[in-house]
Amino acid sequence: MFKFPQIAIATATGFIVASGSAIADERYNPVKDQTTLKECGACHMAFQPQMLPAKSWEKIMDGLSDHFGEDASLDKETVAHLKKYHVENAANSKWWGGKFMRGLSDSSAPLRITETPYWVREHNEEVPKWAWNDPKVKSKANCLACHPRAVKGDYDDD
Amino acid sequence: MKSVYRKPLFAIVAGAVIATASLPGTSVAGSSDKQILADYLTSAKTQNPGLEAFSADRGRNLFLSSPASGKPDTPSCTSCHSTDPLNSGRTRAGKDIAPMALSKTPARYTDRKKVEKWFRRNCKSVLGRICTPLEKGDIITFMISQ
Repeated sequence: MFKFPQIAIATATGFIVASGSAIADERYNPVKDQTTLKECGACHMAFQPQMLPAKSWEKIMDGLSDHFGEDASLDKETVAHLKKYHVENAANSKWWGGKFMRGLSDSSAPLRITETPYWVREHNEEVPKWAWNDPKVKSKANCLACHPRAVKGDYDDD
Repeated sequence: MKSVYRKPLFAIVAGAVIATASLPGTSVAGSSDKQILADYLTSAKTQNPGLEAFSADRGRNLFLSSPASGKPDTPSCTSCHSTDPLNSGRTRAGKDIAPMALSKTPARYTDRKKVEKWFRRNCKSVLGRICTPLEKGDIITFMISQ
């Protein structure tokens, strides 16, 4: 049975990798949809849909004419496309639920990723309050200020 | 029968399309900043009889102004686009905006839909109203001169 240790190791590794979050990594599927990258990425990084529940994305797409104080309105076809992409890839789109669903239910609809319990906990514990006032950061929506590989979905601390 | 891709005429036409598309101020869709400006000028002339041409100086003044009729977050175009069109700008969310100056961002004013979309949104933010064709033409004329 000399093959047993290798099989055991391979299986264990497989479970750890498949569970996604076991080794404290912060990896999300990068946005590949070109319309999202172009339209949502014009004023801020195109946030990964995994970071909000489906209901949040629906609310956001239904309210683009007043998008956090800006007019982000688009034609109906484009909005429908964006809504579909975000809802299909939302935090609660898979049976196991994503990290960002922690503290939320399927009926929750926070409008800001920075107001989700998961985000708040991750950043309150590690980021000093004065960092948010640094002009290089400018906004909590500016993930790239501290997460250089955020566009790739990689938010690991170095 | 040769495949169409190997016929000389195809190569000539393809070459011409590519050459035209690579000229500054044009896009493959055939629109160009000159066409967009020409259309704005036609509209502006109907609203302003006696208008001869757009003015980069008027465009500069409008760009730098703080009309106080829009949103408090965006008192001026320069709030996001910087006071110098050669510089990158920055959105409220901290993202960089490519310079407005044509010399820095050559294809900036070639997509009519894109130009209209951003004028629609940003004039509302800064001026609290839509921009007139005269204002749009003056702004683009200013940016093309930079």
